[in-house]
Amino acid sequence: MIHVGLQHFLVVAALLFCLGLTCVLVRRNAVAILIGIELILNAAGLNLIAFARFGGDLLSGTVFVVFLIVLAAAEAVVGLALIIAVHRRLRDIDLERSDELRG
Amino acid sequence: MSASWSFADAIFYFIALLTVVCGAYAVASRNIVRAVFSLLGTFLGVAGLYAMLSADFVAVVQIMVYVGGILVLLIFAVMLTSRIEKAGRSNPAARPLAASLGVLCGLASLVLLASLALLAPWKQTAAGDFAPTTAPLGEALLAEALLPFELLSVVLLGVVIGAVIIARRDPEVGG
Repeated sequence: MIHVGLQHFLVVAALLFCLGLTCVLVRRNAVAILIGIELILNAAGLNLIAFARFGGDLLSGTVFVVFLIVLAAAEAVVGLALIIAVHRRLRDIDLERSDELRG
Repeated sequence: MSASWSFADAIFYFIALLTVVCGAYAVASRNIVRAVFSLLGTFLGVAGLYAMLSADFVAVVQIMVYVGGILVLLIFAVMLTSRIEKAGRSNPAARPLAASLGVLCGLASLVLLASLALLAPWKQTAAGDFAPTTAPLGEALLAEALLPFELLSVVLLGVVIGAVIIARRDPEVGG
């Protein structure tokens, strides 16, 4: 029925992962780095569901992705709390200038 | 399986284009507010791809948690940490050498992953019909996945307490 197969979804997930990796490596704003991590986690979830769908066991992939989404939410909450704490202390969330701990 | 595109193919390519273009704008924009709002398209697109893969429950959870939760949290963080008159250059790139190295790393991993996805002999079974996944998922979460499910609730409790402690206004007083 559907003409698109496993590889189409894998390529989309690969694109998302590489966008997220580039974002983490290039950006200096801490919120932008969290955005990159969210993109990477979305790519991982898409891969899990695609393999589960075309591998014949959709249910286990679904369980994995539900756990992944919960952990991504937990990561975002802790990350943003850290960003707010750093901003309160240093008045800045630029990661190249937040180097108070540098020896 | 005809040579011409079916309607579902057209929908797939539309959603994939939306996902990747919005993600690219979120990475490339120099304005952190626009970057966060452009993530909306990416998260909705990934939810659409989940729906096309017959994972209906995950698609709805994706919209509720990512769009309704994580995106709002990111917007809160942006509003709390950057001044609005500097929004146009609130998302600077690293120094040119470091930035070009980062882009190079991204492109290299894209070539690696895409060629792997396209060339590897994946063992595929024919995808089954579309079927609801909510009821079997609920049974799985309360049967074979019960222990990780309960551990996850402990993790969430720890995350909530930890986030409140980290973001507390005055760590010295009453700490």
